[in-house]
Amino acid sequence: MELFTEYGTILIILAGIFGFFMAWGVGANDVANAMGTSVGSKALTIKQAILIAMVFEFAGAYLAGGEVTSTIRKGIVDSAIFAEQPDYLVFGMLSALLAAGTWLMIASIMGWPVSTTHSIVGAIVGFAAVGVSVDAVNWGKVSTIVASWVVSPVLAGTISFALFRSVQRLILIHDNPFERAKKYVPFYMFAVGWLMAMVTMLKGLKHVFKDIGIQFSFAETALLAVLFGLLVAALGTYLLSKVQRDESLEVDDRFANVERVFAVLMIFTACSMAFAHGSNDVANAVGPLAAIVNVVSSGGDIAAKSVMPSWILLLGGAGIVVGLATYGFKVMGTIGRKITELTPSRGFAAELGAAATVVFASGTGLPISTTHTLVGAVLGVGMARGIGALNLRMVGSIFLSWVVTLPAGAALSILFFFFFKGVFS
Amino acid sequence: MAFSNPISDLFGKSPIKPLQEHMSLVVRCSSQLEPFFTACIASEWDLASDIFDSISEDEDRADELKKQFRLNMPKNLFMPVSRADLLGILGHQDNIANLAKDICGIVLGRQMDIPKSLQSDFIGFIKSTIQASEQALKAINELDELLETGFAGQEVKFVQKLIKELDAKEQKVDKKERKLRLNLFKIENDLPPIHVMFLYNIIDNIGEIADTAENVGNRLELLIAK
Repeated sequence: MELFTEYGTILIILAGIFGFFMAWGVGANDVANAMGTSVGSKALTIKQAILIAMVFEFAGAYLAGGEVTSTIRKGIVDSAIFAEQPDYLVFGMLSALLAAGTWLMIASIMGWPVSTTHSIVGAIVGFAAVGVSVDAVNWGKVSTIVASWVVSPVLAGTISFALFRSVQRLILIHDNPFERAKKYVPFYMFAVGWLMAMVTMLKGLKHVFKDIGIQFSFAETALLAVLFGLLVAALGTYLLSKVQRDESLEVDDRFANVERVFAVLMIFTACSMAFAHGSNDVANAVGPLAAIVNVVSSGGDIAAKSVMPSWILLLGGAGIVVGLATYGFKVMGTIGRKITELTPSRGFAAELGAAATVVFASGTGLPISTTHTLVGAVLGVGMARGIGALNLRMVGSIFLSWVVTLPAGAALSILFFFFFKGVFS
Repeated sequence: MAFSNPISDLFGKSPIKPLQEHMSLVVRCSSQLEPFFTACIASEWDLASDIFDSISEDEDRADELKKQFRLNMPKNLFMPVSRADLLGILGHQDNIANLAKDICGIVLGRQMDIPKSLQSDFIGFIKSTIQASEQALKAINELDELLETGFAGQEVKFVQKLIKELDAKEQKVDKKERKLRLNLFKIENDLPPIHVMFLYNIIDNIGEIADTAENVGNRLELLIAK
């Protein structure tokens, strides 16, 4: 197409800038939400949390982020409709990125708890339905996504509830919680390792394995994941062996030493949380960018099968890291100071419940909100009588943000769509 | 820019620490009854007045804490324990400080002297009352451990044991109160009637402190039972 030969480079550069901006926003705000619980429970310092976030966000995005990226890239809109007008897809995705970015900025300034995921999905649906045609939206997929936004916090809450209850039953209610914690915590570590390995191999590395000609059956994958889980548990057991009981800490709080054991576990769940977050949320920034690059570089052929260039993922990863370094650490500090009531034994249950849900969603290709999932998980721990006080007003404002974000993202995206259309054609 | 954050805004301030702080202030009020009455018996009214000042100061601070506590207890707070139970415990705790201050106020204002034959029993009575309120504090101080275990298991049994001990201590106070009243009854005709009236009143109020401490324990038990 003429447009792509003439303006191709400019379009890609624009998309790159917008995509980077979105990734920056994810790094500045969302990562801090995901990691804030670890900082708040004092299991990690801010520096350690950032370091873990950088490594595991990137790993999650690269190893397990493919499914969600492809949903954002081509799952929400109906590619067949755009085959005639590939330029509309490019304008639309540009508008979606810009609209979501703008909306997130406004919402942050106003102090509304909106989600990157909801903004970008709303924006994509907006330009496709209004800018092109109502049929251009894959409504079946969209309704699945919207349903997953309700299901994910509930699921995370249920898992976290069960996890914390199991901690109570196995460890906390007994006479010797410290010894029991040391005995049982490696099992939770195993679960963390197994979960991450399972999703990565089933979904993320599928293509990599195919390229190098290896194919694992489900059983083999499960076995390998078990091996990885054992490895993680072994590493954890080694770290736990260094935690000695310090009786002097128990004068004020008889559970101080038990919490020190859980603090070690929380290092692992923090990694899994960052991994899960990377696998789901990087797609919000990278998905539209990938769609644009795909169309432009194939000269307008939407159906063309193309591998996502690695620089796109790198750009997304870099945006997150920059966002973390420039702003994210501040948000993390604020959150950490505010949630001092969260102990590692609760923080771990919340994080693992949320991480499991998010990783599962990533494997299924569903873009969900990590923050809202974590809120659900924390409420789950609260239901198990684990947290001193939770502010239910927050739940209401999250519902409100669902109702507001979709139309807002859509409206902005429609606006930008007609703007780009006018400028370039 | 005022950024609000869904995760940090989700966590409210736990009510447990403030409740414990309030209780330890309150028990400090009641504990000063012993030196206060020792000073009264020795007719050292300046010292008694100083102790009264210190009790009122603690009572004021407890009142302030109580107000803060209630203000920080919006209805949409989701807690592992019921809001009504917490406010109930707080109310009982606060009564302990009020009673201690009232007792001292009356004794100091009227410069009451305790009849010689009652003095040693009287101090013993006060000591037992203080022990009961201290026992209630001990139970309240277990609240954070209770939260840690999610209100289950050994910790619940431990707190139930503490509450049982508290009940026993209250019964001991009751027994001493009856004995003291009986001895006062025996000599009441030899004393000025109004003075006797106030003596009964003081004894009642001191006994009431132990009752209130027991109420704190009972409320705590209700809170665990859920």
